[in-house]
This record gives sequence, structure tokens and C-alpha cells, in this order.
Amino acid sequence: MEKYSGFGLFKHALSYHENWQRVWRNPKPKKKYDVVIVGGGGHGLATAYYLAKVHNITNIAVVEKGYLGGGNTARNTTIVRSNYLWDESAFLYEHAMKLWEGLSQDLNYNVMFSQRGVLNLGHTLQDMRDIQRRVNANRLNGIDGEVLDTKQVSEIVPIMDCSANTRYPVLGASWQPRAGVARHDAVAWGYARAADQLGVDLIQQCEVIDILQEDGAAIGVDTKQHGIIKADRIGCVVAGNSSVLAKMAGFRLPLESHPLQALVSEPIKPILDTVVMSNHVHGYVSQSDKGDLVIGAGIDGYNGYGQRGSYTTVEHTIQAIMELFPIFSRVRMNRQWGGIVDTCPDACPIISATPVENLFFNCGWGTGGFKATPGSGHVFAATLAKGEANELAKPFSMFRFHDGTLIDEHGAAGVAH
Amino acid sequence: MFAIYCPYCEELREEEEFHAKGQAHIARPLDPESCSDKEWGEYLYFRDNPRGLHHELWVHGVGCRKFFNITRDTVSYEIKETYKIGAKPRFTATQDH
Repeated sequence: MEKYSGFGLFKHALSYHENWQRVWRNPKPKKKYDVVIVGGGGHGLATAYYLAKVHNITNIAVVEKGYLGGGNTARNTTIVRSNYLWDESAFLYEHAMKLWEGLSQDLNYNVMFSQRGVLNLGHTLQDMRDIQRRVNANRLNGIDGEVLDTKQVSEIVPIMDCSANTRYPVLGASWQPRAGVARHDAVAWGYARAADQLGVDLIQQCEVIDILQEDGAAIGVDTKQHGIIKADRIGCVVAGNSSVLAKMAGFRLPLESHPLQALVSEPIKPILDTVVMSNHVHGYVSQSDKGDLVIGAGIDGYNGYGQRGSYTTVEHTIQAIMELFPIFSRVRMNRQWGGIVDTCPDACPIISATPVENLFFNCGWGTGGFKATPGSGHVFAATLAKGEANELAKPFSMFRFHDGTLIDEHGAAGVAH
Repeated sequence: MFAIYCPYCEELREEEEFHAKGQAHIARPLDPESCSDKEWGEYLYFRDNPRGLHHELWVHGVGCRKFFNITRDTVSYEIKETYKIGAKPRFTATQDH
């Protein structure tokens, strides 16, 4: 495999960029693998990569019903942060953050990780108390964070209306300087390329229709396009469709799938060099390197698999953005779309063994899975390699909903939904 | 935007007047004290979440404020029926995924 470099770019320019190698193979599936990963999004591909790289398990297939990174990896608003309140989630997301910081070098693929900082705004006294508590908890856990007042916020984002005249005045914010954004597609492509290079078979257009079992243990998957593929261990990383796969295996998950939508504007000149999020008025915005404003909305209240969101939800979000940024009032929106997120009752993921032996699920990331991509893959790979939960993943067992050890990040962690 | 027929108001009203409350027909255990942790956890948190027909509990929040049920397709979002609490659905979910 060709190594990407500045020199390589120059070399290929001489032949008009017509001789670049294919980025990954398109193999036919083998009859049997050590590990089959269902779902070729960022988390699934990261899992495959770390299984091969860290645990030397290379006889792996990633089966994907569509194309690589075509689900929520392609639909999120690319925000990366680790300022979660509770220890369990703070450690998990900070683990991801540390991997993000070296990811482009590690993958030899520019994921355009940009640590431009994230502001979580507070609009009420209670918001500010929660922010102070969360920032203090973050700092005790070694995660960077600061509490800012209105003046400091307006210095960072001068175009935001921080006056007292708004309906929900900005009273302050939490500020995580190491947080930022990354190029979502590049994350999937970078992991795919690196995993393929280590011998992982990436099988696209291959839909799993059943999970085969023998004596209470999973032994393989049945697929629509390629028939039966056997495996010693199976990891499901299918976000919104997790409940559908669990049903195939004969159990239920504590999940509900909801549409979550986002939208982008026409490209404009650089105007916003950080990420602004607000739980209270319910919107978040950043500006991509291409120049378009990337705006995220809330989830629709009802269950849905339709990959589109409702008008009421998107209108609500635009109202919030308009209130914060009157300067954006004449910007035209270019595209709007929805993805299906699998929300957990405690707004924390499930990285877990299941009632079926050799079958593992990594799901329930809800509205905030993208930021965790490297960490999620890293700990899930360890879980799949050893057959038991990795230390960081242990608190995220699906059985926490039986014994009551929930990790209540709802409203605690700047989770915007 | 859904237009939802409230079986109590007997009127077709806009989605914004309503609120989705999740899966319908979940029976509270008759004797919660004797439930195992697993049974109680299943009751509180575990859901069907089907891809296809789904029976849901909704509330007409800014209308009559009554709870009622909807049978809805979670892929096409088509509302098959709305019916009062205590009534049985006419459309039932198939075993399809």
C-alpha cells in the first residue's frame, strides 16, 4: 500500500493524479472468519482496525449493507469533545480524545481533526451551576475545561448576540479548548484504508438477514447477497438498526431509534472559528473548512427508521440559531437530512456481551457517537479480542439496565437532546 | 408533519399539539415488590423498537390532554389508526424485521 505524503502528492501531480492506487480492495467473503463485524461505519471500521493492529487478529470481515461510512458517519455534525460529567463516560470519551489527537499520523490519512474548541452555552442560573459542576468534574478527571462568563464568550465569538435583550440571554459557557471537529467521511475512509492494509476484508453491499446460533452461541451470519459467513465472534455496530439485529438474535435492547437531523448552509467566507452548542435553546453550529455552516437539530420525539426529520424540529433549531446569531438571518440553507440514532435511557452507550454467547453489541451512542469513534473502536476491539469487556467498557454493559447501575448523562454532559 | 386524529376530540389536528410517549401496551407488573431485578429492568427500559408497524402511546398535550394509542409504520411513518386507551389495535405488527 502506498504511503500518503506531501512528496507523493507532488509526484502524482506530475501524472495529473491519474495513477493513484485504489484505497481498499473489494474482496469476496471467505466462508469463515475469526471475527465478523456487522456495520461498516466509523465505529465498525475502527473496531476492525484496532483488532488487527493492537490484537493481531487479522482474519476479520466487516459486512456493510450499503457503502462504507454511509450511515450516521456521513450524517453527523462532526463535533468532537470529551467534557462528560460522570467518571465512566469521561474516561471513555477522553480515551477517544487522546486517540483523535494522533489519529491522522496513526492512520496515515488526514482526518482534518481541528481542535478549535467547543462552547456549551448556559442561559439560566441552573445551566451555569450545572456547567460549573461539570467543568470541576472534568478537571478532576484531567480533562481540560473552563467556565466562561458572558464577556469571555463574546470575546471568543464576537458575532454571537450576547446582549441581555435576547429571550434567553447567554450567561456564560463551558469551554473545552481541546475539543473541535474532524472530517467525518475521512474518519471512515482512513480507518477502512488502514484496516484493509492489515488484511481486513471490507464487504460492502452485504446485508445481514439472520444471526445463526447453535446451543445459545452465535456461529455466524446469514447475508442476503453472499449467504452464510461463519465466525468465532460477532460484533454488531449498527447504530439505529441495533434493535433489528438484536431481534434476529432473539433478545431486546433498552433502545429507541429516533430520527436526528442536521443541515448545512451555502458556503460562506470564514466567520465562525469554533463550535457553539446550546442545550437550552437546542441548537449547535460550526463552520466547515468548505465554508458552510453545519447546524444540528434535536431528535424527533417518535420512533422512526425513515432517515428524515420533521419540519417542526428543524424549524425549532433554526429559531435557536437565529436568536444566537442574527447575522446568519440571510444565509440560505443548502441541504437537510436525517440519520437514525439509537438512544439509551441514560444517554450512554452499550458496549457489551449479550444473552447470546460470542455475540457482542456496540450501540446506543444516541446523538453523540461520532466523537467517540476511535475510543469506541479501541475498547470494542479489546472486548471482542478477549471475549469479555475491556476495563473502560465494563460500566457500559447492557445489563446495567437490570441491576440499576445507570450512568445518567442526560442533561449532565452537555448532551444536547 | 403528521396530521393526527385524536380519538377523544374526534378531530384531525397538527403534530405539534401532540407528544410521543414511546411503546404502548406495556403492563406494569401487578406485584412490583416480587419482581426480580431483571423483570423490573425489562419493564422500565427494554423496548420493542421495531422497523415496521409499531403501537405507540401519544398524548394530546395542548388539546384534550388525554393519552391514546397510535399504530404507525416506523419506516414510511404512515399512521394506520389511532385508538383510545383500553381499546385493541385493528392493525398488528407482523414478524417482519
